[in-house]
Amino acid sequence: MIKSVFQQDLLAPGHMGCPGCGASLAMRLVLEALGPKTLVVMPAGCWSTFVGLYPSSTLRVPVMSVPFATTAATASGVRASLTRQGKEGYTVLAWAGDGGTFDIGLQALSGAAEKNTDILYICYDNEAYMNTGIQRSSATPPGCLTTTTPVSCLKKEPKKNIIEIMAAHRIPYVASASIGHPQDLMNKVRQAGKIKGTRFIHLLASCPTGWQHETQLTLEVARQGVQARVHPLFEVHGGLRWVLNPMPEKKPVDDYLNMQGRFKAMGIELRREFQQVVNDEWERLLRKCSEQC
Amino acid sequence: MKKVIMGTEAAALAGVLARVQVVAAYPITPQTVIVEQLSDYIGRGELDAEFLSVESEHSAMAACVGASATGSRALTATSSQGLALMHEMLHHAAGGRLPIVMFNANRALSPPWNLYCDHTDSLSQRDTGWVQYYCADAQDVLDATLIAYKTAEQVMLPVMLNLDGFYLTHTSEIVDVPDLSDVDAFLPPYRPAEMVDPDRPSTYGAVCGADLYTPLKFRRQRDMLGVTEVWSEVSTEFAARFGREHPPVEAYLSADAQVVIIAIGTAAGAARMAADTLRAEGMAVGSLRLSLMRPFPTATVLKALSTAKHIVVLDRDISFGTEGIVAQEVKACLYGNSSAAVHGLVTGIGGVDVTAEKLAEAVRILTDSTGTPRLLGQSFWAEAPL
Repeated sequence: MIKSVFQQDLLAPGHMGCPGCGASLAMRLVLEALGPKTLVVMPAGCWSTFVGLYPSSTLRVPVMSVPFATTAATASGVRASLTRQGKEGYTVLAWAGDGGTFDIGLQALSGAAEKNTDILYICYDNEAYMNTGIQRSSATPPGCLTTTTPVSCLKKEPKKNIIEIMAAHRIPYVASASIGHPQDLMNKVRQAGKIKGTRFIHLLASCPTGWQHETQLTLEVARQGVQARVHPLFEVHGGLRWVLNPMPEKKPVDDYLNMQGRFKAMGIELRREFQQVVNDEWERLLRKCSEQC
Repeated sequence: MKKVIMGTEAAALAGVLARVQVVAAYPITPQTVIVEQLSDYIGRGELDAEFLSVESEHSAMAACVGASATGSRALTATSSQGLALMHEMLHHAAGGRLPIVMFNANRALSPPWNLYCDHTDSLSQRDTGWVQYYCADAQDVLDATLIAYKTAEQVMLPVMLNLDGFYLTHTSEIVDVPDLSDVDAFLPPYRPAEMVDPDRPSTYGAVCGADLYTPLKFRRQRDMLGVTEVWSEVSTEFAARFGREHPPVEAYLSADAQVVIIAIGTAAGAARMAADTLRAEGMAVGSLRLSLMRPFPTATVLKALSTAKHIVVLDRDISFGTEGIVAQEVKACLYGNSSAAVHGLVTGIGGVDVTAEKLAEAVRILTDSTGTPRLLGQSFWAEAPL
């Protein structure tokens, strides 16, 4: 018998995401782990449209929809306010996409993390500005097609390493996670939920619309990303202690790339470079994890 | 208790008296003393509040939004470039109907860099939906802060209290500081009817269609237009308790005036002195200080200008391509209601002193039908380069 992991049901049916949306599943899993004593602050992005047209809401927890650059700053104000009013035991969940985190929201996020503000910040990363129609962000992988990196000028730059940036703030908890590994994700969210201070989870959420894969393959693509070591699963405790999570057997990146239309413009040379970068980063990660053991 | 303090110190003290709960702070000259003093009040336990050292003014207002929306009394302070950086959040705070109070130390915008008094910073934010009040002196700063919170929390709109950079922020004056218990009796704790409450899920700032957008904006405009009356009521109540009046418009010798000088901020003092000088010369001159610029106190201004033949409007700002912003506002107010000549006077920008002598001379030139003042556009620039 298959038993659903969903007991809380804090994401009501009828959200406005695309079919097969990874980000909506991401929220469902995260709220399942956090429970109802959660207040969500989210900026412009796919998720601010999923919540629905006022007065409807697809979330059964409070949501503040705020300007793009301000997720962490607004969440800081919310936390200060709850503290001042003696309201304890609530998670202030700052929830933003890669554009809202890697790009426009990075300054506010750094400001909040530097003060170890008591918020759980989760970046649901679909590797481009999907809500505005698939434009390049600094989380977009090299060689990837977006509407601002078309075939004529594919993205050359590597993806920004947000985990290292956040770990450098020496906050208590940083982790990478994937919707393809829901149990691992929920464990991380539960663990983060118990910690005071700034906690940051980088959560890969595949996007059939922007990544150009079949809608039924959302989880499979996410899993392939982990297996190829494009999105390895690990944690950083206190900004210094790197811990690798159980990983499936390593596979070449081609299996992952071939599942998605967004990489179809990459030639053999670009694919070779992509594999090389993934290998190098993976070796570097293994070294960081082994140094701490 | 009477104290000799600067305008910035009066602002910080007002925050203590108002028992603000969350202060978001980012430094900028000439506002900085306000947040410095608030951090010390909180550090010493004289103010029971959360102090957030944010990394930008944009984030300062975002933090105030988070705090105010969840039911806390929030305060911040800024100036010039900081206010300009905040622009997006100013619209957001007003649209969110959040009764945040903010001090703005009026300072010129760059380039070139200039730290001194200029009103273009706040006046170019007049369409963001904030109530705008221009303080005259340090006592006004302290008292208006308390009136501002009470007004803001009644109408659920944010208030910007403007202090002329250096003229007011850094000038020491005698200020009568009320007892905390008396302020408590005047200003009750902030208890919003609607707020983002973690125990009662709701959405704040959700997406809505045109069908709801227009009604929300209509209501905001209705409530904003009502602020002049609410401010008057609250300031009357304040006067009954504390003996000091802070009306939306302050009129001086205007009842029979043929010529009225209009000013905002500290230059209103020079305008009163100029009126005295010109009265001594036999001209029927009065002056008006517009304390509220948003909402624009149209009815009171029209009444005070009913006998005026010439109106000289002082602008410590310029809207490039038209004229001074206050002059535009006064003209809009008078349209169809008066045949008086409105003379725009651009003076004091970037920290030039506005003296009574200079104003009196400008009035003589502008109201002299025999002469032709040299105008740039529709404005007379008192300090125009030759």
